[in-house]
Amino acid sequence: MIRSNNFFIYGALGLLGIFGPIVFPDYTLTIAYLWMMVLMASTWDILGGQMGYNSLGNILFFGIGMYISAIVQVSIFYEGGVGEYTSAMGSIKPEFTNSEYFIGLGLGIICAGIVALLLSIVFSSFMFGLRGPYFAIGSLGLAIAAAEITITIDYVGGASGISMPLFPGDIEFRSTFFYILCFIMATAAHFLLRWLYSTQFGLAINAIRDDEDKAEAMGIPTLVYKRIGWGIAAFFMGCIGAVAGNMAGFIDKEVAYPIPTFGIFMVAMVLLGGKGTLWGPVLGAIIFHIIKETTWTYLLNLQWVALGLILIINIVYFQQGIMGWLQDKFPERFGVVVDTETLQSDQKSGEVS
Amino acid sequence: MSDAIISVSGVSKSYGGVRANVDINMEVKRGSITGIIGPNGCGKTTLFNSIVGYHPIDNGSIKFNGDEISALRVGEIARLGLLRTFQQTRIYGKMNCVDNMQISVSHRAEAKSSIFASRKGEIKDRAEHLLDFVGLYSKRNLISGDLSFGQQKLLEFAMALMNEPKVLLLDEPTAGINPTLINGLIDRLRRANEELGITLCVIEHNMRVIMNLASHIYCLSNGQMLADGKPASLQNDQRVIDAYLGGH
Repeated sequence: MIRSNNFFIYGALGLLGIFGPIVFPDYTLTIAYLWMMVLMASTWDILGGQMGYNSLGNILFFGIGMYISAIVQVSIFYEGGVGEYTSAMGSIKPEFTNSEYFIGLGLGIICAGIVALLLSIVFSSFMFGLRGPYFAIGSLGLAIAAAEITITIDYVGGASGISMPLFPGDIEFRSTFFYILCFIMATAAHFLLRWLYSTQFGLAINAIRDDEDKAEAMGIPTLVYKRIGWGIAAFFMGCIGAVAGNMAGFIDKEVAYPIPTFGIFMVAMVLLGGKGTLWGPVLGAIIFHIIKETTWTYLLNLQWVALGLILIINIVYFQQGIMGWLQDKFPERFGVVVDTETLQSDQKSGEVS
Repeated sequence: MSDAIISVSGVSKSYGGVRANVDINMEVKRGSITGIIGPNGCGKTTLFNSIVGYHPIDNGSIKFNGDEISALRVGEIARLGLLRTFQQTRIYGKMNCVDNMQISVSHRAEAKSSIFASRKGEIKDRAEHLLDFVGLYSKRNLISGDLSFGQQKLLEFAMALMNEPKVLLLDEPTAGINPTLINGLIDRLRRANEELGITLCVIEHNMRVIMNLASHIYCLSNGQMLADGKPASLQNDQRVIDAYLGGH
């Protein structure tokens, strides 16, 4: 079903991506956040859905990326460095030229991704000794620890945060620019994952999800696969964290490590859409974001109740999510069929002695 | 090189106060089918677990192809070409049969590039060929967890063959399989041994199966090696009969 309709789905999403901010200019940043959530959900699903390691701490890399890009963006063109800049509590506003700003931002995003990736490799050396709920709580602990450590570092402003360099351009161009960044990153992540899941890598992480001991007994080098999976998620979370920091304009612990919001949302979106599928996280993110924005607008004060209700219905009655439900309901559309032509010869060969 | 591909000497293993294996000596000859029998709880599976590195042994030595492997981990031993199947069948239950097969290829010479190798082509052909070999070709696109128990057992066996191991340790391959399928399975075990040259070591409770299949049989009792020999001589060994039927 999905396979044959791929063309239309990509067409529709492409149209939304390109014309969304043109048709609804007031909602440019809202749609930008939509793509950001698609990216978060898709990369969370690498471990959470495809590999069966529920990480509650992927938001860690988001925050690290945000701070790394701030450090890079300020330090490379401001002589005093980020330490002096932050200790002035925003009273120093260095003027960056257009090219300085964009070069700094580009470098910041790349460095954010790379540092997040390297840190994921460091963390993986002890984190992947944990399984199931222990991994979930362990990764949550990492994120909380990172947030708490961040506010003790005066170099990056401690608890009072950092004002990001000012965007050189008017506010509409600013929205469009960050919108395009978010859209490109979500698209890049989606196609990378689409390709990855079609390779041996996809099968190996599924095997780890279904029975890690068996995978180990069959000689699959499980740690290598786990590292690659988490590394990819970390890289993208780092990059999008850098973008999000610049979109926000000001970063501190709450902006960089939004554990109770984005940290939980990304899990909820995947569960809603169907974990362990390529399209589930995308679908889940879109539906979740629409519900969230609608309730924030029309059900103010009750928005958390509404979201909580959806989560409960999802988890109690609808655990496999939308894509999982479709797969259960229409297995033949997903190629889960008995090949009746060869059935008889199988039965015969089963009986030969 | 001697003709023993696995040689176990003086291996002991205790779980707390339970002495599961005591000073076990055993050899599996290259290209042979070797059987292990013994009453429940006599330490057969513990011995398997020791050989494949599932737990460290207390003392003794285990050699594979002449090299000491008792200090290696499960994955490392598997990549040397020494593979086991489980008594409680273990497959990747949410993946379809072809995917189960494709991920079971040998990881012995795994270069970093093959991690991202495509799943099409030669590997898929071999996967389908082996599914045909065990009679599961028509079910190849079904989710493996939905197959019957016997079919899952066949799939697990096919997955082991996909790995092209040098030695395959099978833990009760016929348990829970209906008698018609058992004949088919024995036939396939023998063919895997003869045509693919895989050395087999089989734990089995079904005497008819093991006496037909194995060329040499070891009998364990209470964690100790009780007797070993050709199937015919073991069948008439009073100690073996006592261990199975008498007080233990």
